Amino acid sequence: MPHIPLPGHLPGITGLLEYSKDTAHPIRVLTQFLLRGKNSLTEGERELIATVVSHYNECKFCTAAHTAIADVLLGETETCELVKKDIDTAPISEKMKALLKIAVMVQVSGRAVTPEAITVAKKSGATDIEIHDTVLIAALFCLYNRYVDGMATVAPADPQFYLGLGQRLKEYGYNRLPNGYDHLKN
Amino acid sequence: MAHITLPDESLPGIVGLFNFRPETAEPLQLLAETLLRGDSPLTSGERELIAAYVSHLNNCHFCHTSHASAAMAHLDCDLSLIDDIKNGFQQIEISPKLRALLNIAAKVQKSGREVHAEDIAAAKAEGAADKEIHDTVLIAAAFCMFNRYVDGLGTWAPKEHEAYREMGQRMAFTGYVRFSVPQD
Repeated sequence: MPHIPLPGHLPGITGLLEYSKDTAHPIRVLTQFLLRGKNSLTEGERELIATVVSHYNECKFCTAAHTAIADVLLGETETCELVKKDIDTAPISEKMKALLKIAVMVQVSGRAVTPEAITVAKKSGATDIEIHDTVLIAALFCLYNRYVDGMATVAPADPQFYLGLGQRLKEYGYNRLPNGYDHLKN
Repeated sequence: MAHITLPDESLPGIVGLFNFRPETAEPLQLLAETLLRGDSPLTSGERELIAAYVSHLNNCHFCHTSHASAAMAHLDCDLSLIDDIKNGFQQIEISPKLRALLNIAAKVQKSGREVHAEDIAAAKAEGAADKEIHDTVLIAAAFCMFNRYVDGLGTWAPKEHEAYREMGQRMAFTGYVRFSVPQD
């Protein structure tokens, strides 16, 4: 049960974003740009960063939600599972391996990011903007994961819920739905 | 030197990063403005103390000292009291309610999963309302982002408290939106 009363039909982050719309707005704008804006990293690659950080923060809701949307964007379910298990052996580019390792360092602390990890990323072709965005996406999910779990929001057990959420995120991105969320009440 | 090439290496901490990526600077500044100066049952001074305390726990010198300086500006305290934040508030007068909220913020800094029902009950027993608990958790979570952003990209930070005096006053009284790119 959440630590404060939240709309029962909106588990996880959505109920919090509806509870506090004025703080939700810049968080939504930031997320929409970082994960859906114009970028040399694909949307699927950026969702892998979000998923890995949520996984290491042990945030069940965010991990399940971003696994679902990563799977939709990548068109298969294997890569995301393998990335969560072991970045080194996952079927992704050397550049993505290097960026995901930086993200995992950021999950621990900003100060845990080593110059060596940055050098490896640059040698594998990562640009300054890609490194910047990787660090900021990882940092943003350290916010989301703490917000979602620190308020003890509900993470639905039904996998169907996350498949539906993944589809909604693919269609609408991270902006607030134009007509709100009342249609999800039943 | 930062891990990436910034257009103006003389700008410290997050200010240099704002300058590098205006697309993310805008929502980040608006988030800081809303969290620390927007509507809340907590005063801006209280909220800056939470931000400065979490930044200290994350060992982020730039965010800690700049937000501590903003807190001192709001509370009309001398910059020498900044160290008291690191020492767990022995000199700065804080209410039992704020102390309970700072305890929640410290749990959030470790992990969202560290916040337990008894931490919330303790804050409510001191009179904390739902919105105050919400704002505390979100400020703490947001500084776990800001701190990682600033340190994860290896930005530089002035060492002495004095270097943050004006910055803190600007953050407290002018605000966070577009204060970041100083004009010569």
